[in-house]
Amino acid sequence: MSQVATQPSVDQIWEWLDAVPDPEIPVISLVDLGIIRGVEWQGDTLVVAVTPTYSGCPATAIINLDIETALRDHGLDRIRLETQISPPWTTDWMSEKGRAKLEDYGIAPPQAAGGPERCPNCQSKNVTRVSQFGSTPCKAHWRCQDCLEPFDYFKCI
Amino acid sequence: MAAPLSKDEALVQFLLRMGDNTLILGHRVSEWCGHSPVLEEDIALANTALDLIGQTQMWLGLAADVQGEGKSADDLAFLRDVWEFRNLLLVEVPNEDFGRTLMRQFLFDAWHSIQLGHLMTSSDERIAAIAAKTSKEVAYHLERSADTVVGLGDGTPESHGFMQAALDYLWPYVGEMFVSDEIDAAMVEAGIAPDPASLRADYDTLVGRILADATLSIPESQFAHKGGRTGAMHTEHLGHLLTQMQWLQRAYPGASW
Repeated sequence: MSQVATQPSVDQIWEWLDAVPDPEIPVISLVDLGIIRGVEWQGDTLVVAVTPTYSGCPATAIINLDIETALRDHGLDRIRLETQISPPWTTDWMSEKGRAKLEDYGIAPPQAAGGPERCPNCQSKNVTRVSQFGSTPCKAHWRCQDCLEPFDYFKCI
Repeated sequence: MAAPLSKDEALVQFLLRMGDNTLILGHRVSEWCGHSPVLEEDIALANTALDLIGQTQMWLGLAADVQGEGKSADDLAFLRDVWEFRNLLLVEVPNEDFGRTLMRQFLFDAWHSIQLGHLMTSSDERIAAIAAKTSKEVAYHLERSADTVVGLGDGTPESHGFMQAALDYLWPYVGEMFVSDEIDAAMVEAGIAPDPASLRADYDTLVGRILADATLSIPESQFAHKGGRTGAMHTEHLGHLLTQMQWLQRAYPGASW
């Protein structure tokens, strides 16, 4: 039934998934975000394990749809998505590439210290928190005291 | 109760208690959306509500699985009536003002974080996994609600007055968190969940420290309103809340998207 003559390798599939953007922060991929926890063939079915970022993140359903669409576009038709909540997602799983892209986009990447290292716009370390929450569940709202620009900080969890 | 509950029946009741707390509080907090004193607080409350409702999907989803009647988390949220809910009375009381909303959040977050800490070592792996996931979010909620309670309690005379009034009103709803019954005994025996009464000392230490920082006085009365988590008697407020939350399913039964 499969339109693909030979099964694409797991590495190939990781590469495809690394091209699927996060629906709310499209500069980083789902792989960069660290939410793809496993890719494996079980017979002729590809099983992708996905972990949610925050329990109530409204993007979760869209993310699953985007994964399925991308894999179907590559000719796969037997796909099963599994939600894996354990171990819980942590921003430690975010890739270095993803962190750099976030900062480039104007979102300060997560830091173990619990706040941004610097302003993503002018690199000043003189920053202050406006709110513990921000425009999406994964972000908080900060402001630079030098360039005065507000910016999003990706919360560290 | 005629016959003792089976282990699974007791487990379902325990899971409903967890999921109904997060569902009803999540709904209450979401009522602030678009009405908060400042935009940042509006966003914070909406985010908190979203976390709680996301957590509800896991708790009620597992409850429905264990029940094994082919129901979903949505069925449990939208197709039950007042007497079938098992949430603490604390989470169903109206928001009233911003101070009372944040005080209620703090009193709940403190219990929730301690409870989830214990559930992370539950003998039931599904419960341990949900607890590990949600405890991170709840730690964040607690940090914020505790900071806000201190900020407002130890703020202006006016904000202090609001917070003390909120604490006086809500304190009688705290005791219900620590009343154990036969369902709790079954959970303790199976190593699934801690005895609620055993959490009281940690709770009093945590809450006592924050409320002292907030310059607020804990009421002396030990009186506790009860009946929510057993389902024996809810406040009159829950029925009104459900008419809003379940409106769509009541008006258009079976509607879906």
